[in-house]
Amino acid sequence: MTNAMHEPVTFPVTREHPLDPPQDFTRWREDAPLRPMLFADGHVGWLATGYAASRAVLADPRFSNDVQVTHPPIPQRIRQQTLAKFPGFFLREDPPEHTRFRRLLTGQFTVRRMRLLEPRIEKITSDRLDAMEREGSPVDLVQSFALPIPSLVICELLGVPYSDHDRFQRDSSALLNLDNSIERAREAMESLLDYVRGLVARKREEPGDDLISGLIATGKLTDVEITGASVLMLVAGHETTANMLALGTYTLLRNPAQLAALRADPSLAEPAVEELLRYLTIVHLGPVRTATEDVEIEGRTIRAGQSVTVSLSAANRDPGRFGDPDSLDITRQATGHLAFGHGIHQCLGQQLARIEMRIGYPALLGRFPGLRLATPGEEVAMRSNMAIYGVHRLPVAW
Amino acid sequence: MRIKADTEVCIGAGMCVFTAGDVFDQDEDEGTVVVLLPEPPPDRHAAVRRAVQVCPSGALSISENA
Repeated sequence: MTNAMHEPVTFPVTREHPLDPPQDFTRWREDAPLRPMLFADGHVGWLATGYAASRAVLADPRFSNDVQVTHPPIPQRIRQQTLAKFPGFFLREDPPEHTRFRRLLTGQFTVRRMRLLEPRIEKITSDRLDAMEREGSPVDLVQSFALPIPSLVICELLGVPYSDHDRFQRDSSALLNLDNSIERAREAMESLLDYVRGLVARKREEPGDDLISGLIATGKLTDVEITGASVLMLVAGHETTANMLALGTYTLLRNPAQLAALRADPSLAEPAVEELLRYLTIVHLGPVRTATEDVEIEGRTIRAGQSVTVSLSAANRDPGRFGDPDSLDITRQATGHLAFGHGIHQCLGQQLARIEMRIGYPALLGRFPGLRLATPGEEVAMRSNMAIYGVHRLPVAW
Repeated sequence: MRIKADTEVCIGAGMCVFTAGDVFDQDEDEGTVVVLLPEPPPDRHAAVRRAVQVCPSGALSISENA
């Protein structure tokens, strides 16, 4: 190995261009797709920037995702981690605990079940577009379109009254804001847990036709576990798709040729969604895994106890996997990207997210043929300080 | 080509159904993989290889000489 064992790098967060990952990744990936990295707490572990290395780490059962053994890549993540350990938060657990939860939920998120939701998602989407028309140009696309759609859908699916959305949207956002104090984040988490705990108790008395009632009916989880898992799904179902809808629209508006192609041929919606997922990779600050024994990957030995930060953004721009990776091309075959992760923790809601976007982008572009940014593109503030990347507001006119 | 699926390993992500919905399905209750065409016709081989490649849990494999 030539020059690859240099001093450990730190995880870069500054982007030279809002839609591209930090440039350091490109250089490091060419040099060593897996390289030493200094974590925020002083731990010396690894950074994976290559597609193959990232997949290998995420798929390998010798890596743990237990929040108690992983180190934070950037300082703010310390706060996130102290919050992520409570019963039912199966994302940050290993088998067999993780398997127990995932097994109870996967049947609820199958491709077929998600397709059954299509008419309902179409109705929710067109209702939002009607509301935008009534409101009149210009509007903030985040508040009027991108956030309400996934919020309404996940609320219906879980059986959470949408009338309470102000409360948990605020809490969810506080939780994902890396600039918030640990106290504020903890408060938001307590508030979310309190809210859902009450809901679970009510559903135990009066079950409905929804996922939380369904979990209660299995008899296999305690109320505390159902509460934790439901908070996880509520938060995960909120800001993720919302940011893809808003940031994806921003990206299309800044790439007029791609926008025109999608407008002209709505059958491109499916590959366009995959390409936007790859190109934007909104989970931009992790994930992290820790080796439970010595593991050799790409000729490097990761020692037991060492953490690896996987840069999904860098992996999805690996020229070894995607030709001309820094170009947005909605006609390419981008399936196989790592935007939803890889391995046993790959996003549970990914098929739902795909349908919301596949319906959302063409419906928006179809309803407003003259859709355009209402402020200069460079002035749109990016969510660099959030666990999920995107735009804070997106003023659009038509 | 013959497809093998390990439902113990499967995590129900649905990527096989998303990639080749005529070859794969998911169990109603657990969401785990159901192989509809264990010996898919040649014109589906490329899609099946893609499905195997994108499976996040490594639950799918193929043997070519069946």
